[in-house]
Amino acid sequence: MFTNIDTFLPYILGGLTTTVQAFLFGAVLAYSIAIVAGLARTSRLAIVRGVATVFVELFRGTSLLVQMFFFAFAFPALMPFTMSTFIAGGLALGLNYGAYASEVVRGAVLAVPKGQKEAAISLNMSKFQTMRRVVLPQAFRLMLPGLGNNAIELLKGTSLVYFISLADMTFNANILRSSNTSLVSQVEIYTYLLLVYFVLALPLVFLTRWLEKRASKGVSTA
Amino acid sequence: MTELAENLEPAREVIVRYNNVKKAFGNNIVLNDLNLDVYKGEKVALIGPSGSGKTTIIRMLMTLEQPSSGTIEIDGEHLWHKEVNGQLKDADEKHLRKVRGKIGMVFQQYNLFPHMSIMRNCTEAPIHVLGLSKDEAKERALQMLQKVGLSDKVDMYPSQLSGGQQQRVAIARSLVMQPKVMLFDEVTAALDPELVGEVLEVIKDIASEGETTMMLITHEMDFARDVADRVLFLDNGLIAEHGTPYDVIENPQSDRLKSFLGRFNSAH
Repeated sequence: MFTNIDTFLPYILGGLTTTVQAFLFGAVLAYSIAIVAGLARTSRLAIVRGVATVFVELFRGTSLLVQMFFFAFAFPALMPFTMSTFIAGGLALGLNYGAYASEVVRGAVLAVPKGQKEAAISLNMSKFQTMRRVVLPQAFRLMLPGLGNNAIELLKGTSLVYFISLADMTFNANILRSSNTSLVSQVEIYTYLLLVYFVLALPLVFLTRWLEKRASKGVSTA
Repeated sequence: MTELAENLEPAREVIVRYNNVKKAFGNNIVLNDLNLDVYKGEKVALIGPSGSGKTTIIRMLMTLEQPSSGTIEIDGEHLWHKEVNGQLKDADEKHLRKVRGKIGMVFQQYNLFPHMSIMRNCTEAPIHVLGLSKDEAKERALQMLQKVGLSDKVDMYPSQLSGGQQQRVAIARSLVMQPKVMLFDEVTAALDPELVGEVLEVIKDIASEGETTMMLITHEMDFARDVADRVLFLDNGLIAEHGTPYDVIENPQSDRLKSFLGRFNSAH
Protein backbone atom coordinates (compact mmCIF):
# COMPACT_ATOMS: atom_id res chain seq x y z
CA MET A 1 0.00 0.00 0.00
CA PHE A 2 0.99 3.65 -0.53
CA THR A 3 3.48 2.60 -3.16
CA ASN A 4 2.19 4.97 -5.84
CA ILE A 5 2.75 8.19 -3.94
CA ASP A 6 5.21 9.36 -6.61
CA THR A 7 2.57 9.34 -9.32
CA PHE A 8 -0.72 9.79 -7.44
CA LEU A 9 0.18 12.71 -5.21
CA PRO A 10 1.59 14.96 -7.98
CA TYR A 11 -1.45 14.15 -10.12
CA ILE A 12 -3.84 15.17 -7.32
CA LEU A 13 -1.77 18.29 -6.64
CA GLY A 14 -2.21 19.17 -10.32
CA GLY A 15 -5.62 20.44 -9.18
CA LEU A 16 -4.18 22.44 -6.29
CA THR A 17 -4.16 25.74 -8.17
CA THR A 18 -7.83 25.42 -9.08
CA THR A 19 -8.75 24.47 -5.52
CA VAL A 20 -6.82 27.39 -4.06
CA GLN A 21 -8.17 29.83 -6.65
CA ALA A 22 -11.74 28.71 -6.00
CA PHE A 23 -11.12 29.08 -2.28
CA LEU A 24 -9.65 32.57 -2.56
CA PHE A 25 -12.34 33.77 -4.97
CA GLY A 26 -15.04 32.30 -2.74
CA ALA A 27 -13.49 33.62 0.49
CA VAL A 28 -13.08 37.22 -0.71
CA LEU A 29 -16.63 37.23 -1.99
CA ALA A 30 -18.02 35.43 1.08
CA TYR A 31 -16.45 37.77 3.62
CA SER A 32 -17.42 40.88 1.68
CA ILE A 33 -20.98 39.65 1.50
CA ALA A 34 -20.91 38.58 5.15
CA ILE A 35 -20.00 42.07 6.34
CA VAL A 36 -22.47 43.87 4.09
CA ALA A 37 -25.37 41.45 4.69
CA GLY A 38 -24.57 41.03 8.39
CA LEU A 39 -24.59 44.78 9.01
CA ALA A 40 -27.65 45.23 6.79
CA ARG A 41 -29.48 42.73 9.01
CA THR A 42 -28.89 45.01 12.01
CA SER A 43 -30.03 48.13 10.13
CA ARG A 44 -32.81 50.29 11.52
CA LEU A 45 -34.33 50.54 8.06
CA ALA A 46 -36.88 47.79 7.50
CA ILE A 47 -36.29 47.67 3.75
CA VAL A 48 -32.53 47.14 4.15
CA ARG A 49 -33.16 44.47 6.78
CA GLY A 50 -35.76 42.82 4.58
CA VAL A 51 -33.59 42.57 1.47
CA ALA A 52 -30.69 41.16 3.50
CA THR A 53 -32.92 38.64 5.23
CA VAL A 54 -34.36 37.36 1.96
CA PHE A 55 -30.86 36.98 0.53
CA VAL A 56 -29.51 35.16 3.57
CA GLU A 57 -32.44 32.77 3.86
CA LEU A 58 -32.45 32.07 0.12
CA PHE A 59 -28.78 31.10 -0.02
CA ARG A 60 -28.71 29.31 3.32
CA GLY A 61 -31.88 27.45 2.59
CA THR A 62 -30.87 25.90 -0.75
CA SER A 63 -28.18 23.41 -1.60
CA LEU A 64 -24.72 24.69 -2.51
CA LEU A 65 -24.39 22.03 -5.18
CA VAL A 66 -27.67 23.00 -6.82
CA GLN A 67 -26.63 26.67 -6.66
CA MET A 68 -23.47 25.72 -8.53
CA PHE A 69 -25.43 23.88 -11.20
CA PHE A 70 -27.76 26.84 -11.45
CA PHE A 71 -24.98 29.38 -11.94
CA ALA A 72 -23.07 27.10 -14.34
CA PHE A 73 -25.92 25.82 -16.48
CA ALA A 74 -29.23 27.65 -15.90
CA PHE A 75 -27.92 31.19 -15.48
CA PRO A 76 -26.27 31.46 -18.92
CA ALA A 77 -29.56 30.43 -20.50
CA LEU A 78 -31.44 33.17 -18.63
CA MET A 79 -28.91 35.97 -19.02
CA PRO A 80 -27.56 37.66 -22.13
CA PHE A 81 -23.95 37.02 -21.09
CA THR A 82 -21.89 33.92 -20.53
CA MET A 83 -19.90 33.13 -17.44
CA SER A 84 -16.98 30.73 -17.10
CA THR A 85 -17.62 27.68 -14.95
CA PHE A 86 -14.91 28.92 -12.61
CA ILE A 87 -16.80 32.17 -12.01
CA ALA A 88 -20.03 30.19 -11.60
CA GLY A 89 -18.44 27.93 -8.99
CA GLY A 90 -16.78 30.81 -7.14
CA LEU A 91 -19.99 32.80 -7.16
CA ALA A 92 -21.99 29.94 -5.65
CA LEU A 93 -19.33 29.35 -3.00
CA GLY A 94 -19.09 33.05 -2.10
CA LEU A 95 -22.83 33.66 -1.94
CA ASN A 96 -23.58 30.50 0.01
CA TYR A 97 -20.83 30.80 2.60
CA GLY A 98 -21.32 34.57 2.69
CA ALA A 99 -24.92 34.00 3.75
CA TYR A 100 -23.78 31.74 6.59
CA ALA A 101 -20.97 34.04 7.66
CA SER A 102 -23.29 37.06 7.67
CA GLU A 103 -25.07 35.44 10.61
CA VAL A 104 -21.76 35.32 12.47
CA VAL A 105 -21.23 39.02 11.73
CA ARG A 106 -24.76 39.91 12.79
CA GLY A 107 -24.53 37.93 16.01
CA ALA A 108 -21.21 39.52 16.92
CA VAL A 109 -22.41 43.07 16.25
CA LEU A 110 -25.49 42.48 18.39
CA ALA A 111 -23.36 40.99 21.17
CA VAL A 112 -21.45 44.24 21.70
CA PRO A 113 -23.08 45.82 24.79
CA LYS A 114 -25.50 48.67 24.13
CA GLY A 115 -23.56 50.87 26.55
CA GLN A 116 -20.66 50.99 24.10
CA LYS A 117 -22.82 52.66 21.48
CA GLU A 118 -24.24 55.04 24.06
CA ALA A 119 -20.76 56.02 25.20
CA ALA A 120 -19.85 56.74 21.59
CA ILE A 121 -22.96 58.92 21.22
CA SER A 122 -22.07 60.75 24.44
CA LEU A 123 -18.71 61.57 22.86
CA ASN A 124 -20.58 62.83 19.79
CA MET A 125 -19.18 60.26 17.38
CA SER A 126 -21.02 59.89 14.08
CA LYS A 127 -22.83 56.65 13.32
CA PHE A 128 -20.05 55.63 10.99
CA GLN A 129 -17.35 56.41 13.56
CA THR A 130 -19.28 54.49 16.20
CA MET A 131 -19.42 51.44 13.95
CA ARG A 132 -15.83 51.64 12.75
CA ARG A 133 -14.05 52.66 15.95
CA VAL A 134 -16.18 51.19 18.72
CA VAL A 135 -18.57 48.44 17.63
CA LEU A 136 -16.75 46.62 14.81
CA PRO A 137 -13.36 46.23 16.53
CA GLN A 138 -15.13 44.58 19.46
CA ALA A 139 -17.45 42.58 17.23
CA PHE A 140 -14.47 41.42 15.16
CA ARG A 141 -13.02 39.60 18.15
CA LEU A 142 -16.34 37.84 18.68
CA MET A 143 -16.61 36.92 15.00
CA LEU A 144 -13.20 35.33 14.64
CA PRO A 145 -13.95 31.79 15.84
CA GLY A 146 -17.07 31.65 13.65
CA LEU A 147 -15.40 33.15 10.59
CA GLY A 148 -12.41 30.84 10.97
CA ASN A 149 -14.80 27.93 11.00
CA ASN A 150 -16.46 29.27 7.86
CA ALA A 151 -13.11 29.51 6.08
CA ILE A 152 -12.37 25.85 6.73
CA GLU A 153 -15.87 24.88 5.60
CA LEU A 154 -15.39 26.94 2.47
CA LEU A 155 -12.09 25.23 1.68
CA LYS A 156 -13.71 21.84 1.91
CA GLY A 157 -16.74 23.10 -0.01
CA THR A 158 -14.54 23.85 -3.00
CA SER A 159 -14.45 20.11 -3.73
CA LEU A 160 -17.99 20.47 -5.08
CA VAL A 161 -16.72 22.37 -8.12
CA TYR A 162 -15.75 18.90 -9.39
CA PHE A 163 -19.42 18.47 -10.28
CA ILE A 164 -19.35 21.39 -12.69
CA SER A 165 -16.25 19.92 -14.33
CA LEU A 166 -13.59 22.18 -12.85
CA ALA A 167 -10.27 20.34 -12.61
CA ASP A 168 -9.63 20.77 -8.90
CA MET A 169 -7.93 18.21 -6.66
CA THR A 170 -11.09 16.16 -6.16
CA PHE A 171 -11.64 16.12 -9.93
CA ASN A 172 -8.12 14.80 -10.50
CA ALA A 173 -8.48 12.21 -7.76
CA ASN A 174 -11.60 10.88 -9.42
CA ILE A 175 -9.79 10.62 -12.75
CA LEU A 176 -7.07 8.61 -11.02
CA ARG A 177 -9.69 6.30 -9.57
CA SER A 178 -11.19 5.57 -13.00
CA SER A 179 -7.82 4.40 -14.29
CA ASN A 180 -6.64 2.65 -11.10
CA THR A 181 -9.57 0.52 -10.13
CA SER A 182 -7.94 -1.79 -7.57
CA LEU A 183 -9.18 -1.43 -3.98
CA VAL A 184 -5.71 -0.70 -2.75
CA SER A 185 -5.42 2.20 -5.19
CA GLN A 186 -8.76 3.63 -4.07
CA VAL A 187 -7.59 3.70 -0.46
CA GLU A 188 -4.35 5.31 -1.51
CA ILE A 189 -5.88 8.00 -3.72
CA TYR A 190 -8.47 9.19 -1.23
CA THR A 191 -6.10 9.06 1.71
CA TYR A 192 -3.78 11.44 -0.14
CA LEU A 193 -6.73 13.67 -1.03
CA LEU A 194 -7.91 13.86 2.58
CA LEU A 195 -4.42 14.63 3.79
CA VAL A 196 -3.93 17.43 1.28
CA TYR A 197 -7.19 19.11 2.34
CA PHE A 198 -6.17 18.71 5.97
CA VAL A 199 -2.78 20.28 5.37
CA LEU A 200 -4.41 23.15 3.45
CA ALA A 201 -6.77 23.79 6.36
CA LEU A 202 -3.95 24.03 8.91
CA PRO A 203 -2.80 27.55 7.99
CA LEU A 204 -6.40 28.70 8.36
CA VAL A 205 -6.56 27.21 11.85
CA PHE A 206 -3.32 28.93 12.88
CA LEU A 207 -4.28 32.22 11.23
CA THR A 208 -7.55 32.27 13.17
CA ARG A 209 -5.77 31.51 16.42
CA TRP A 210 -3.20 34.21 15.82
CA LEU A 211 -5.89 36.78 15.02
CA GLU A 212 -7.88 35.80 18.10
CA LYS A 213 -4.83 36.31 20.25
CA ARG A 214 -4.12 39.69 18.72
CA ALA A 215 -7.70 40.85 19.01
CA SER A 216 -8.04 39.88 22.65
CA LYS A 217 -5.53 42.59 23.60
CA GLY A 218 -6.84 44.49 26.58
CA VAL A 219 -9.95 42.38 26.87
CA SER A 220 -10.15 40.41 30.07
CA THR A 221 -10.59 36.71 29.67
CA ALA A 222 -12.73 36.53 32.78
CA MET B 1 -40.61 90.33 40.36
CA THR B 2 -39.79 93.81 41.67
CA GLU B 3 -36.98 95.86 40.25
CA LEU B 4 -35.13 95.64 43.52
CA ALA B 5 -35.16 91.86 43.53
CA GLU B 6 -33.97 91.83 39.94
CA ASN B 7 -31.00 93.93 40.89
CA LEU B 8 -30.11 91.77 43.82
CA GLU B 9 -30.22 88.55 41.83
CA PRO B 10 -27.17 88.08 39.63
CA ALA B 11 -28.20 87.57 36.03
CA ARG B 12 -28.68 83.84 35.67
CA GLU B 13 -28.48 82.37 32.24
CA VAL B 14 -30.57 79.32 31.41
CA ILE B 15 -28.49 76.63 29.72
CA VAL B 16 -30.95 73.71 29.69
CA ARG B 17 -34.69 74.14 29.37
CA TYR B 18 -37.32 71.40 29.31
CA ASN B 19 -40.68 72.59 27.95
CA ASN B 20 -43.71 70.37 28.63
CA VAL B 21 -41.63 67.27 28.02
CA LYS B 22 -43.41 63.95 28.12
CA LYS B 23 -41.96 60.52 27.65
CA ALA B 24 -43.86 57.28 27.40
CA PHE B 25 -42.66 53.79 26.54
CA GLY B 26 -45.79 52.25 25.04
CA ASN B 27 -48.55 52.83 27.59
CA ASN B 28 -46.10 53.41 30.38
CA ILE B 29 -45.74 57.13 31.06
CA VAL B 30 -42.29 57.74 32.49
CA LEU B 31 -42.28 61.51 32.50
CA ASN B 32 -45.33 63.65 32.75
CA ASP B 33 -45.10 67.22 31.52
CA LEU B 34 -41.64 68.18 32.73
CA ASN B 35 -40.80 71.88 32.91
CA LEU B 36 -37.34 72.59 34.16
CA ASP B 37 -34.71 75.28 33.75
CA VAL B 38 -31.11 74.57 34.63
CA TYR B 39 -28.78 77.55 34.90
CA LYS B 40 -25.27 77.93 33.66
CA GLY B 41 -22.82 76.52 36.18
CA GLU B 42 -25.58 75.11 38.33
CA LYS B 43 -25.27 71.66 39.92
CA VAL B 44 -28.61 69.90 40.05
CA ALA B 45 -29.03 66.61 41.89
CA LEU B 46 -31.90 64.34 40.90
CA ILE B 47 -33.08 61.93 43.54
CA GLY B 48 -36.03 59.60 43.70
CA PRO B 49 -37.02 55.95 43.62
CA SER B 50 -36.17 53.84 40.58
CA GLY B 51 -38.69 54.25 37.82
CA SER B 52 -39.43 57.83 38.87
CA GLY B 53 -38.14 59.19 35.55
CA LYS B 54 -34.84 60.75 36.61
CA THR B 55 -32.70 58.67 34.28
CA THR B 56 -35.03 59.45 31.38
CA ILE B 57 -34.54 63.17 32.02
CA ILE B 58 -30.83 63.03 31.45
CA ARG B 59 -30.92 60.35 28.74
CA MET B 60 -33.19 62.62 26.69
CA LEU B 61 -30.67 65.42 27.08
CA MET B 62 -27.86 63.10 25.90
CA THR B 63 -30.05 62.26 22.86
CA LEU B 64 -30.20 58.62 23.89
CA GLU B 65 -33.97 58.82 24.27
CA GLN B 66 -36.35 60.94 22.22
CA PRO B 67 -39.12 62.82 24.05
CA SER B 68 -42.66 61.75 23.12
CA SER B 69 -43.67 65.40 23.11
CA GLY B 70 -42.42 68.78 24.24
CA THR B 71 -39.11 70.47 23.53
CA ILE B 72 -35.67 70.61 25.09
CA GLU B 73 -33.34 73.55 24.57
CA ILE B 74 -29.65 73.64 25.26
CA ASP B 75 -27.67 76.86 25.23
CA GLY B 76 -30.44 78.59 23.30
CA GLU B 77 -30.84 75.93 20.65
CA HIS B 78 -33.46 73.28 20.23
CA LEU B 79 -32.07 69.80 20.83
CA TRP B 80 -34.59 67.43 19.30
CA HIS B 81 -35.96 69.93 16.81
CA LYS B 82 -34.70 72.41 14.35
CA GLU B 83 -36.36 75.55 13.17
CA VAL B 84 -37.19 75.62 9.49
CA ASN B 85 -38.94 78.85 8.43
CA GLY B 86 -40.14 79.47 11.97
CA GLN B 87 -41.56 75.97 12.34
CA LEU B 88 -40.21 73.16 14.48
CA LYS B 89 -39.23 70.03 12.61
CA ASP B 90 -37.75 66.83 14.01
CA ALA B 91 -33.98 67.16 14.19
CA ASP B 92 -31.89 65.12 11.80
CA GLU B 93 -28.63 63.40 12.67
CA LYS B 94 -26.63 66.40 11.47
CA HIS B 95 -28.44 68.75 13.84
CA LEU B 96 -28.17 66.31 16.74
CA ARG B 97 -24.43 66.04 16.24
CA LYS B 98 -24.08 69.80 16.18
CA VAL B 99 -25.96 70.31 19.44
CA ARG B 100 -25.00 67.18 21.35
CA GLY B 101 -21.34 68.22 21.49
CA LYS B 102 -22.31 70.57 24.32
CA ILE B 103 -23.28 67.64 26.50
CA GLY B 104 -21.22 64.88 28.09
CA MET B 105 -22.27 61.92 30.14
CA VAL B 106 -20.82 59.46 32.64
CA PHE B 107 -22.61 56.14 32.90
CA GLN B 108 -23.35 53.77 35.72
CA GLN B 109 -21.42 50.96 33.98
CA TYR B 110 -18.49 53.25 32.97
CA ASN B 111 -18.74 52.05 29.33
CA LEU B 112 -15.06 52.50 28.62
CA PHE B 113 -13.93 51.08 25.29
CA PRO B 114 -12.30 47.78 26.31
CA HIS B 115 -10.17 47.47 23.17
CA MET B 116 -8.45 50.82 23.66
CA SER B 117 -5.78 51.88 26.12
CA ILE B 118 -6.72 54.45 28.77
CA MET B 119 -5.03 57.14 26.68
CA ARG B 120 -6.86 56.15 23.51
CA ASN B 121 -10.16 56.04 25.37
CA CYS B 122 -9.56 59.71 26.13
CA THR B 123 -8.17 60.80 22.74
CA GLU B 124 -10.29 58.89 20.22
CA ALA B 125 -13.20 61.32 20.16
CA PRO B 126 -11.09 64.50 20.54
CA ILE B 127 -9.09 63.46 17.48
CA HIS B 128 -11.88 62.16 15.30
CA VAL B 129 -14.80 64.29 16.48
CA LEU B 130 -13.19 67.58 17.49
CA GLY B 131 -10.42 67.28 14.92
CA LEU B 132 -7.59 67.89 17.36
CA SER B 133 -4.09 66.79 16.42
CA LYS B 134 -2.78 63.68 18.18
CA ASP B 135 -0.42 65.75 20.32
CA GLU B 136 -3.07 68.26 21.32
CA ALA B 137 -5.48 65.47 22.20
CA LYS B 138 -2.87 63.63 24.25
CA GLU B 139 -1.93 66.76 26.11
CA ARG B 140 -5.55 67.51 26.95
CA ALA B 141 -6.21 63.91 27.92
CA LEU B 142 -3.18 63.84 30.19
CA GLN B 143 -4.37 66.99 31.95
CA MET B 144 -7.74 65.43 32.65
CA LEU B 145 -6.24 62.10 33.69
CA GLN B 146 -4.05 64.03 36.11
CA LYS B 147 -7.15 65.72 37.46
CA VAL B 148 -8.73 62.34 38.22
CA GLY B 149 -5.42 61.03 39.56
CA LEU B 150 -4.73 58.41 36.90
CA SER B 151 -2.01 59.90 34.72
CA ASP B 152 0.21 56.90 35.51
CA LYS B 153 -2.25 54.46 33.89
CA VAL B 154 -2.26 55.81 30.32
CA ASP B 155 -0.91 52.64 28.72
CA MET B 156 -3.13 50.22 30.60
CA TYR B 157 -6.41 48.78 29.40
CA PRO B 158 -9.74 49.25 31.19
CA SER B 159 -9.87 45.62 32.33
CA GLN B 160 -6.64 46.17 34.26
CA LEU B 161 -8.19 48.89 36.42
CA SER B 162 -10.54 48.73 39.40
CA GLY B 163 -14.14 49.85 38.96
CA GLY B 164 -13.43 53.13 40.71
CA GLN B 165 -10.44 53.81 38.49
CA GLN B 166 -12.45 52.94 35.38
CA GLN B 167 -15.15 55.36 36.39
CA ARG B 168 -12.57 58.10 36.96
CA VAL B 169 -11.22 57.45 33.46
CA ALA B 170 -14.77 57.72 32.13
CA ILE B 171 -15.07 61.12 33.83
CA ALA B 172 -11.76 62.24 32.31
CA ARG B 173 -12.80 60.95 28.89
CA SER B 174 -15.93 63.06 29.07
CA LEU B 175 -14.08 66.14 30.37
CA VAL B 176 -11.60 66.07 27.49
CA MET B 177 -14.50 66.91 25.17
CA GLN B 178 -15.13 70.08 27.23
CA PRO B 179 -18.91 69.78 27.41
CA LYS B 180 -20.94 72.67 28.78
CA VAL B 181 -23.26 70.30 30.61
CA MET B 182 -22.12 67.09 32.30
CA LEU B 183 -24.57 64.35 33.13
CA PHE B 184 -23.89 61.72 35.78
CA ASP B 185 -26.16 58.68 35.82
CA GLU B 186 -25.76 56.95 39.19
CA VAL B 187 -22.05 56.77 38.59
CA THR B 188 -21.26 55.04 41.87
CA ALA B 189 -24.13 52.56 41.88
CA ALA B 190 -22.10 49.74 40.30
CA LEU B 191 -19.06 50.24 42.52
CA ASP B 192 -17.92 48.32 45.57
CA PRO B 193 -18.64 50.48 48.64
CA GLU B 194 -14.96 51.15 49.35
CA LEU B 195 -14.48 52.58 45.84
CA VAL B 196 -17.39 55.03 45.95
CA GLY B 197 -15.49 57.72 47.84
CA GLU B 198 -12.68 58.20 45.29
CA VAL B 199 -15.17 58.77 42.47
CA LEU B 200 -17.32 61.20 44.47
CA GLU B 201 -14.18 63.15 45.45
CA VAL B 202 -13.25 63.58 41.79
CA ILE B 203 -16.73 64.84 40.95
CA LYS B 204 -16.67 67.24 43.91
CA ASP B 205 -13.33 68.59 42.68
CA ILE B 206 -14.70 69.27 39.23
CA ALA B 207 -17.87 70.76 40.67
CA SER B 208 -15.85 73.14 42.83
CA GLU B 209 -14.19 74.59 39.74
CA GLY B 210 -17.58 76.00 39.00
CA GLU B 211 -17.98 76.51 35.28
CA THR B 212 -19.44 73.20 34.20
CA THR B 213 -23.16 72.73 34.58
CA MET B 214 -23.93 69.36 36.14
CA MET B 215 -26.98 67.18 36.45
CA LEU B 216 -26.37 64.27 38.78
CA ILE B 217 -28.55 61.32 39.54
CA THR B 218 -27.45 59.90 42.84
CA HIS B 219 -28.47 57.83 45.80
CA GLU B 220 -25.68 59.34 47.90
CA MET B 221 -27.55 61.92 49.98
CA ASP B 222 -24.45 63.34 51.68
CA PHE B 223 -22.88 63.82 48.29
CA ALA B 224 -26.01 65.53 46.92
CA ARG B 225 -26.02 67.86 49.91
CA ASP B 226 -22.34 68.76 49.44
CA VAL B 227 -22.33 69.27 45.69
CA ALA B 228 -25.77 70.38 44.58
CA ASP B 229 -27.14 73.92 44.39
CA ARG B 230 -30.58 72.44 43.92
CA VAL B 231 -32.13 69.06 44.54
CA LEU B 232 -35.10 67.66 42.63
CA PHE B 233 -37.13 64.81 44.04
CA LEU B 234 -38.72 62.83 41.24
CA ASP B 235 -41.70 60.64 41.91
CA ASN B 236 -43.94 58.94 39.37
CA GLY B 237 -42.70 61.01 36.45
CA LEU B 238 -43.16 64.35 38.22
CA ILE B 239 -40.93 66.72 40.14
CA ALA B 240 -42.60 66.20 43.50
CA GLU B 241 -40.34 68.50 45.52
CA HIS B 242 -37.45 70.78 44.73
CA GLY B 243 -35.30 73.36 46.40
CA THR B 244 -31.94 73.77 48.08
CA PRO B 245 -30.36 70.63 49.52
CA TYR B 246 -31.41 71.92 52.91
CA ASP B 247 -35.05 72.30 51.81
CA VAL B 248 -35.30 68.90 50.24
CA ILE B 249 -33.01 66.65 52.22
CA GLU B 250 -33.24 68.19 55.71
CA ASN B 251 -36.75 69.53 55.48
CA PRO B 252 -38.87 67.21 53.36
CA GLN B 253 -42.52 68.18 53.09
CA SER B 254 -44.33 65.25 51.49
CA ASP B 255 -44.75 61.82 53.01
CA ARG B 256 -43.33 60.27 49.85
CA LEU B 257 -40.06 62.16 50.18
CA LYS B 258 -39.90 61.54 53.93
CA SER B 259 -40.24 57.81 53.43
CA PHE B 260 -37.78 57.85 50.52
CA LEU B 261 -35.17 59.65 52.64
CA GLY B 262 -35.96 57.46 55.60
CA ARG B 263 -34.65 54.47 53.70
CA PHE B 264 -31.23 56.12 53.48
CA ASN B 265 -31.16 57.19 57.12
CA SER B 266 -31.93 53.72 58.33
CA ALA B 267 -29.04 52.45 56.24
CA HIS B 268 -26.58 54.66 58.08
